[in-house]
Formats: sequence, structure tokens, C-alpha cells
Amino acid sequence: MPLSKITKISGRGVHVAGNDLDTDRIIPARYLKCITFDGLGEFLFMDARKNPDGSEKAHALNDPRFRGASIMLSGANFGCGSSREHAPQAIQKAGFKAVVAEGFAEIFFGNSTAIGLACLTAGRDDIALVAAAIESDPGLEITVDVAAQKLHFGGRSIPASIRDAARDALVNGRWDPIGELIEGVPLVRELAGKLPYLAV
Amino acid sequence: MKKTLFDKVWDAHSVRRLADGQTQLLIGTHLIHEVTSPQAFGMLRDLGTKVLMPHRTFATVDHIVPTDQFNEPFADPMADAMIKELRRNCAGSGITFFDRSTGRQGIVHIVGPEQGITQPGTTIACGDSHTSTHGAFGAVAFGIGTTQIRDVLATQTMALSRLKVRRINVTGSLGPGVYAKDVILHIIRILGVNGGTGYAYEYGGEVFDRFSMEERMTVCNMSIEGGARAGYVNPDETTFAYLKGRPYAPKGPAWDEAVGRWKAVASDPGCAYDDVVNLDAREIAPTVTWGINPGQGVAIDETLPDPSQVRTADEKASVEEALAHMKFEAGAPIKGTRIDVAFLGSCTNGRLSDFQEVAKYLKGRRVAAGVKAIAVPGSQGVALLCAELGIDRIFRESGFEWRAAGCSMCLAMNPDKLVGDQLCASSSNRNFKGRQGSPTGRTLLMSPVMVAAAAVTGRVADAREVFDVSRSN
Repeated sequence: MPLSKITKISGRGVHVAGNDLDTDRIIPARYLKCITFDGLGEFLFMDARKNPDGSEKAHALNDPRFRGASIMLSGANFGCGSSREHAPQAIQKAGFKAVVAEGFAEIFFGNSTAIGLACLTAGRDDIALVAAAIESDPGLEITVDVAAQKLHFGGRSIPASIRDAARDALVNGRWDPIGELIEGVPLVRELAGKLPYLAV
Repeated sequence: MKKTLFDKVWDAHSVRRLADGQTQLLIGTHLIHEVTSPQAFGMLRDLGTKVLMPHRTFATVDHIVPTDQFNEPFADPMADAMIKELRRNCAGSGITFFDRSTGRQGIVHIVGPEQGITQPGTTIACGDSHTSTHGAFGAVAFGIGTTQIRDVLATQTMALSRLKVRRINVTGSLGPGVYAKDVILHIIRILGVNGGTGYAYEYGGEVFDRFSMEERMTVCNMSIEGGARAGYVNPDETTFAYLKGRPYAPKGPAWDEAVGRWKAVASDPGCAYDDVVNLDAREIAPTVTWGINPGQGVAIDETLPDPSQVRTADEKASVEEALAHMKFEAGAPIKGTRIDVAFLGSCTNGRLSDFQEVAKYLKGRRVAAGVKAIAVPGSQGVALLCAELGIDRIFRESGFEWRAAGCSMCLAMNPDKLVGDQLCASSSNRNFKGRQGSPTGRTLLMSPVMVAAAAVTGRVADAREVFDVSRSN
């Protein structure tokens, strides 16, 4: 099945403020007890959004003005910590198609790209501009242009970068590498045969 | 050309360059566990493909296992479903599973080295960020997500971009009562929780030359907490001595041949690094985290930061958020803070030497009234050795609960959890909000001996004052 080419993502935005938002924060470990990723979206940022008694805390994702947003804005070192793919899966299953943050932790970035969740990096002041714009107009449509590495909002735009390999993978519809990896299997066997520790 | 170990291993395992510039990298050893693999097996079935190299895939169960009862079905039906699913997937694919009945079960990053599966010059992947642990042997080891687990199951490769290499030298000698855990907490404090993004860390210098394999594992384990996806130490005689005779280590003539290869894979003297950081061991003190990420640490005799005194607005916000969650006062000393729970275990500090070192000081002491103290060996193998050496008895007699092997309260996916805003002195690796199972729970990361000092005094304490600490690295 051919993958979609992810060149531009348009939708409403929500600003989930903070630096070092780790994967335990994004999806607490108790929700990792599952054998499929179905339904994870419901638990996104659970402990930041809800008190133990189930009542809601003040959080951008609880704010009805931002309901239905598909582009998340955040701070530095987003997705640090655990390698759990449950984190980008929860973000994607909650309806997000892109995250624009000041920076991403390595494993999170790779996990996201491989499931077609676009992660772009932008400057702090630029993100603050976009956050202010959506705060004053939550219905504002914003567009993440992956190919051109820009984020457009209300007639303005900011640079939003993504490393070349990930950008090409998204815009060319090759973000899930499995097809290409499988094509390489004969070469894999050949190389494995040359490495003494892999000899059967 | 002179090369680093990372570059030698990378080049030896590069299958080809992919269309988007990433490398298709051969993964020699794939370790799996119950939490991040079931979806990957599901994806494999959807693709209609099979595990390419089941003989290079090894499984264990660690995250969800209860540590205080052994009967199945587990009380938690989801945990029970997960262990059964792993059993089914392993049996269906011909994968070796170190199940509880084998006596070899334990935390994946303890089992791999213990069985001699983790070897120098190899590539290793596992769906767990602390896979960097295996770098202690001079392996290049990556924590991966579930989609990549699928990739490795199906093709024994994954798509990856080459990392840069930062050499971190720790020279001189550590003082008495200063441990490997303090070294890595210090490194993360200095370089930051995202300072290692894009890098593999190569640890070296006199301190690492002298370190045992278990100490090297403790440091490599937490590379990811500094943002580095991989961390390693060049293999040497210490590495070879550890591996010799282990179940999966080469035997007979193959052993000598392997040692020759392992020696050659070490970074060449005089090779170029993308970055070099030099640290002085004498500046490293017993370190305790006070905040909500592993970089928020202080030496035991230091005070907590004051948000009004920090340099940037960013730092101010982060200190304020951490102090609020931890319910600590700005500028207060960390020493003397009353604790509720002491946790000793995890893939960072759940090995024989961790319990051995603590037992030296714990003997004849009692856990303070009101403190819940639990000790969780990292594997059935560690538990057995502790039993043979009478270490488990020392822990029990002191008032620690001595549990069965697993990840336990490091991430609280099993029944071992903090309750409410309990404060835990923990030998684990993460102090994130909610990490130990209660959204308002609070974690202080420290070395095992510091955990023991906190357990017996009921407060965060300087182990050098509580115990007669004479050991020096």
C-alpha cells in the first residue's frame, strides 16, 4: 500500500507549553499495558490534564477552544525519556498530524517520523508568535509546509525546519521504511554471513 | 584512517544507503520484552512476513511482572495478557524466551550481559531507551520504538542516521562513597538532559579504565537521560574477563578469535571525535536529583536552586515547576529531607555489585520507622547470587522487603507504586513527574549506597557520614 505524501498539513493549532515534556508525561506508563495502540489518544497527557479523582486541570488540551486541533506546538526537548512509541501513537490517535517544537528527543523524533507524524523545529520566539495568534483566534488555520520548511499562520510565516532525511521521507511518501528495508534483505543476509558473530 | 569504535561498528553493519540518505543498519542482536513488542508482532502479521533471524532475537519479561507473588494468572488481567502474548509470539517465531521458569528471567538490560549475549563490536537494538546499557561492552546499542521493532523482526535491520561521537574523559580518582551513578548524574547535570542529542557518548579516562563492567553499565544505561541515544566504553581486559564462560560467550578456539576481534574494534588511539569533554573525578560528589528531570541534581551538601537567582527565564520556569511538583523550598538543603520510600533496583542499579556494596553497610542496621524499603534484584541470576552470598538475608533483617526480579518501581507498571505524594529515594534512572506510579509521587535519584543511607536514617543523608565508607574507585 503506497504511503501518503506528507507535504503540507493544515488545521488548527494548540500550544502545549513547557520544555522537556517527557514521554511519561505524554503517556503515563500505566497506559502501556496494552497489546495494541488502539484507543491511546484518550490518555494523551493524562496526568497533566486530569486530577486523580477524574476532574479536569487547566490544560490546553482540555480547553474547548482548541478542541479538534491537529497541530501541536511545544517547547524544547519534546518527547525525552522512554523509547515508548505509545507517545507519538497517542498524539497521532488524538488527531494530531504535526508537532512543531523547539527541539525533539532523538528516539521520539524517529518514532514519530516512522508513523508519519511530522515533527518540525522552530525558534522559541517564532513559536510564541504562533501561540499568541492561536490564543487570540483559536479557529485560525495554520499550515505546516514540510517541503518548504515553513509554518504559515494568518498571512504570516515562520521558518520550521526538519532534517533532510525525514523531510524527504515524509514528502516522498517513504516515511515508513519497511518496504525499502525488505527489499534489502538479500544484502542483509550476505552481510550477516560475513560477520563472524552472526554465523549460524 | 583512525576510527572510533562507533564508526568501525557502524561501517561493519551498514547494509546500504537508503533513498532518503539514512543507512540500512544490520542489527546483530535484538532483545525484546512484553511491553513494546506485541504491537510489532501484530504489524508483522499484517505484513504477512516472519521473523527473519529468530536465532538473533532474545526475549524476557520484566516491566509488568509482579515482584511479590509468582502465581499465574497475574492479578492484573492486562499484565497477564501481555506475558501470554509474548510467550505466544516467541513460540510462534522460534525466539528464545527467558521466561520465569528458565531461571534466567530479569530486566532485559541485565539479562543480555549476564547471559553473555551482549558482546563487543556488535549492534544491539531493543524497544527500551535504556538499551544504551549494552554499550558498556563496546557494543553499539540503540533504544527503539515499536515500528522499528517490527523493522528489526522482519529484516534484522533498521533505518538510521549516523550519530556523531562525543568522547567524555573522566580523569583522576573518585573519592570514597562516590559511585558510577554519581558520575553519570554529574555528567548529565553538566551537559544537560538534551546535551547528547545527535551524539553517541564514548566514556573513557582513568575512572572508566578502573570501573568494573557493572559500573560501566550503570553509566552507559543513563546515556539516554543526557539525550545521547547510545553510550559506550571501549572493550578491554575487564570486558573479556566478565564475558568469559558466560552461556552465550564464544568457547574454545572461537574465544581467542573473538577476543582478537574485540580488541581491534576499540577506538584507535589518536582518532578524531566530533567533541571532547574532560571532567575531573575529584569534582564529583555523591549526587542527588531534586527535580523532575535527571539533570536537576545537586551534590549532597549543596542547596536547591533559587528561581530568582538563575540566569534565564527558561531555567526559572523549569526550577519553579520542579520545586512546585517536589514541594521543596527554593534554596533549602537537600540533606535532611524526610523520605517515605526507598527503592533499590532497576536496570541502572539492580546488579550483584549494587546489592553487595549496600549489604556491606546495611548489615546490623535497621530501616527507619515509617520508611517502606524494597530491594528488587534485576534478574533471577542476581537474586540467586545474592541468596548464595547471604545478601538477601542482610536486606531482610534490616527491614527491606526482598523481592523477585523485574523493573518494579522504576516505572511502576507492576503493582509496586508510590502512593499520593510519597517521596522516594531511588536507585533508578528517571525522576519524571508520575514516573513511579503516582501522578503526584516524587523521586530522588541517587546511588544505591545513598538510598541505603536514606533508608536507615529516614532522610536524605550523606552516606559518607552515615556509614564508614572507605572504598575508593
